[in-house]
Amino acid sequence: MPLSKKDVLKVGALSRIRLSEAEVEKFSTQLSGILEYVDKLRELDTADVEPLAHALPIHNVLREDVPAEGLTTEQALAGAPEAAGDYFRVPRVLDEGAGA
Amino acid sequence: MHSTHLTARALRDAIARRELSASEAVAASLAAIERLEPQVKAFLSLNPEGARRRAAEIDKRLAAGENVGALAGVPIAVKDVLCTADGQTTTCASKILGNWKAPYDAHVVERVLAEGAIVVGKTNLDEFAMGSSTENSAYFTTHNPWDLERVPGGSSGGSAAAVAARMVPIALGSDTGGSIRQPAALCGVVGVKPTYGRVSRYGLVAFASSLDQIGPFARDIPDAALLMRVIAGHDPRDSTSVSARDQPVPDYLAGLEEPLKGLRIGLPKEFFGAGVDPEVQAAVREALRIYERLGATLLEVDLPHSTDYAIATYYIVATSEASSNLARYDGVHYGLRAAGYEDMIDMYMRTRSEGFGDEVKRRIMLGNYALSSGYYDAYYKKALKVRRLIRGDFEQAFARVNCLMGPTTPTPAFKIGEKAADPLAMYLSDIYTVSCNLAGIAGASLPCGLTKAGLPVGLQILTDVFTEDKLLRIARMFERETDWAMRAPALAGGRS
Amino acid sequence: MSPADFVPTIGLEVHMHLATRTKMFCACKVEYDARPNSRVCPVCLGMPGVLPVMNEKAVELAVRMALALGSQISDYAKWDRKHYYYPDLPKNYQISQYDQPLGVGGKLDIETSQGTRTIRIIRVHLEEDAGKLMHAEGGNYSIVDLNRTGTPLLEVVSEPDVHTAEEARAYGEALRQLAVYLGVSGCNMQLGQMRFEPNISLCLGTDDQGKPRYTPISEIKNLNSFRSVERAVLFEIARHRQEVQADPRGYTLEKLGKETRGWDDDAGTTFLQRSKEEAHDYRYLPDPDLVPFVPDRKWVEEMRATVPELPEKRRRRFIADYGLPEYDAGVLTVDRTTADYYEEAARASGDPKAASNWMMGDLLRALNERKIGLAEFPVKPAALAELIALTKQGTINRNTAAETVFPKMIETGKSPAQIVKEDGLAQVADTGALEAIVDQVLAANAKIAADYRGGKKAAFGRLMGETMKASGGKANPQIVKDLLTKKLGG
Repeated sequence: MPLSKKDVLKVGALSRIRLSEAEVEKFSTQLSGILEYVDKLRELDTADVEPLAHALPIHNVLREDVPAEGLTTEQALAGAPEAAGDYFRVPRVLDEGAGA
Repeated sequence: MHSTHLTARALRDAIARRELSASEAVAASLAAIERLEPQVKAFLSLNPEGARRRAAEIDKRLAAGENVGALAGVPIAVKDVLCTADGQTTTCASKILGNWKAPYDAHVVERVLAEGAIVVGKTNLDEFAMGSSTENSAYFTTHNPWDLERVPGGSSGGSAAAVAARMVPIALGSDTGGSIRQPAALCGVVGVKPTYGRVSRYGLVAFASSLDQIGPFARDIPDAALLMRVIAGHDPRDSTSVSARDQPVPDYLAGLEEPLKGLRIGLPKEFFGAGVDPEVQAAVREALRIYERLGATLLEVDLPHSTDYAIATYYIVATSEASSNLARYDGVHYGLRAAGYEDMIDMYMRTRSEGFGDEVKRRIMLGNYALSSGYYDAYYKKALKVRRLIRGDFEQAFARVNCLMGPTTPTPAFKIGEKAADPLAMYLSDIYTVSCNLAGIAGASLPCGLTKAGLPVGLQILTDVFTEDKLLRIARMFERETDWAMRAPALAGGRS
Repeated sequence: MSPADFVPTIGLEVHMHLATRTKMFCACKVEYDARPNSRVCPVCLGMPGVLPVMNEKAVELAVRMALALGSQISDYAKWDRKHYYYPDLPKNYQISQYDQPLGVGGKLDIETSQGTRTIRIIRVHLEEDAGKLMHAEGGNYSIVDLNRTGTPLLEVVSEPDVHTAEEARAYGEALRQLAVYLGVSGCNMQLGQMRFEPNISLCLGTDDQGKPRYTPISEIKNLNSFRSVERAVLFEIARHRQEVQADPRGYTLEKLGKETRGWDDDAGTTFLQRSKEEAHDYRYLPDPDLVPFVPDRKWVEEMRATVPELPEKRRRRFIADYGLPEYDAGVLTVDRTTADYYEEAARASGDPKAASNWMMGDLLRALNERKIGLAEFPVKPAALAELIALTKQGTINRNTAAETVFPKMIETGKSPAQIVKEDGLAQVADTGALEAIVDQVLAANAKIAADYRGGKKAAFGRLMGETMKASGGKANPQIVKDLLTKKLGG
């Protein structure tokens, strides 16, 4: 299924990746080619097949509710591109709390 | 320089006998690296100071009569997708991590350090382990020590090249769709991908979480077995690592020399079809003849879903998981933050656009597309169903045979730049390796020949889950009959 | 139908912080007043290479809550990644549960001015909380504190069975009471341990096929007090009515879908955050780093046995078995500690009414004065029961018990019998001795006695008071009353 330029821009936005005109062109061709290839999975009848998400049949891995040493504020912020005191600093976010 | 031609076991034993010191071993390794790196470029970063310091420490402890460990004094290289807290950066061969230094060691790094190994440096890879040639590194490409105009394979090209060039006797890599086995084949060394869950992924920067495994590069099977024994085992920090109760770690060295009587080898007809280079075919067929001479039976088996469909499945599952795992690289908490941004979204976009290379961008977008609303069932869910069919292929095969064999790759090392223009062509070179990751089974590649042009050929052996002990024994059977493990590229002296 | 007839259909999503010591997927401490970014580790910071591991206690608490709500505990529950980019979400995905949650179904009864209503539960699931994003004071940037990232959250989703703002509030309060009662969550609103997201629309009646029609749904994010829930829901119902009146054909669920709105508490209004078109595409992915939770059925039954009698049921039982008025029963079942204490005291003393009076009066007052909780209170139910017994036996009077003995019990931890003995507080019940005192008092207060005989009934109380004083407060009041009555001839 070929990807239109609009599709590429949409998925670019979803990936938080900005694409130049040339990149949109290039990626749209390449991604379309790959998607066409992966479309061959339609040849297989999987109506009665359960998806296999985990390679191993492991269940119920649990951890005791016991605290352990973590990082200090200094360590946590050590790699921060920008910090403000004890906090990570980011550009002003306009829609406060509009996360989830 | 002689010590750089010793296996890890021989080196450790020599150090233990005080025939040479850990410091001398490290010095020899660093000298080899200095000599060969301008041509091979296997390392992204080196830690000579740290390595010398550790070697001195180990020498002191050995002198005091301490049992320092199974790898005491042995230099090791670590693929730069594994976190090390020794002050070196962990870059994943990407610009997006900037100068990030991990505040913790990966589990496998803890393990090798606990056994006295000395990490000399972090090796090059395809960015975020996405690629089959190491050409996708954001920094530079690594050159195959057997022919510097050719790729070492990928994504663990740096680790494979470092071992092949005798810069270090052992190295750690990671394998998601063949990233240990394929470079091992192209570089003429041993590479093992353990069963999924055998080795903890804690500290491995994730590419595709349900497929990634860490494994050893070595020059021979016993060294690989030694490194396997050190890194394998349960880690409570990795929920997908199998428990000791369910799957205790065997001693991979014990019984390694014992051949498997009545070995039944399955030959998937899909692995011997058109598209395999004739010299690769010939080398593999010769290897199979040797196995027959050793008493093995060869049987043709069928893996109907495990080549073309496996590539398609892999490129949906792996990219979907990758798009999720790489979402965190955004310039907020660590790593690169692009300049000149106007607001939050702009910062995200600039950082990720500047920080990621083309292949990574391609895979992230493919993955997000496959997971996006409206497409999930058609792509991701469908791929997971086919994954079960692929697993079924192997279950059926292993009911009849002990192992499967075939060429690790359809061709020997290709020229740098040859496949870079067509991503799909690059993907298809993983055709024999990806199904192993999708099914979660164990696999290894070992050298089984050289082409007329002097390029290594790899034999791939696949065994059922949690049978690495058998896998290594089967491989060792062949290795003992030939001297491929002794061959070294000319720039490393020609022969061990 | 006119807009006034459209029935509000409201479903609530409630999030609460579970009462665990550590976070959902890492061993960082859950702490509310720590230095910013000091309760973090590589895992909850979402650093490269880290992996999550489930908190066993969080799972237990979640199962307990689900069982108390009457949910079915799933045979197979899994974790999913919910993707969106936000600076307080380090991995840019939240680990949650999508299509196979921990618990399915259930219900919660609520008390309203219109009587009891049953609100059905759709599902109960676990997830991790995000960090805190705040605006920098006096700067055009924002700051992030990740201490809260990874805190275990329990999400309870109800069917749209709620119809009024009052019910929405009652539902929230009932859920809180249950959670606190079970020890599942402290639900401390000041600490942000409980958050509400009502989803509000109006039912517009049915179409010609009998299918119900609705206005668009508005989801109000992150309300963190009962008051704001009530106000926001009230506002939204009115707003929906206005909108549908203005555009009866266009203002429908089909056309406009669901939108996300925020609540401005100062203005008392909601505001649009995200329309249907801007809705997040969460790209749910089963989390490959976490394995499914497949609870052993026997374990589930063991957990069921640990769910205590629920507050509602216990309240009704207190009314029925102990003859308590509704208000008292409500106060005494506010939490398990109180209810357990009461029951022990009631049984030990054999006098549920007295136990109730003591607890609701003197004991509660003592707790407030000392600013402590019942769990820290030095007087145990058995001791209170003893005190009640001493009073009933007439060894001390109620006054002495409350004013002298009880406080001493709190201060010294001694038993009431001990205190009465050591301080010689035993009531004087010797009729002869008391008679002598009464005679003395009557003689010394002849005028007051005359007033009483003259018809001034209040004078009796004064004579009682004088007698009690003269006896040093130790006289048995009943005997004094009888004696006075006899001697005054009335």
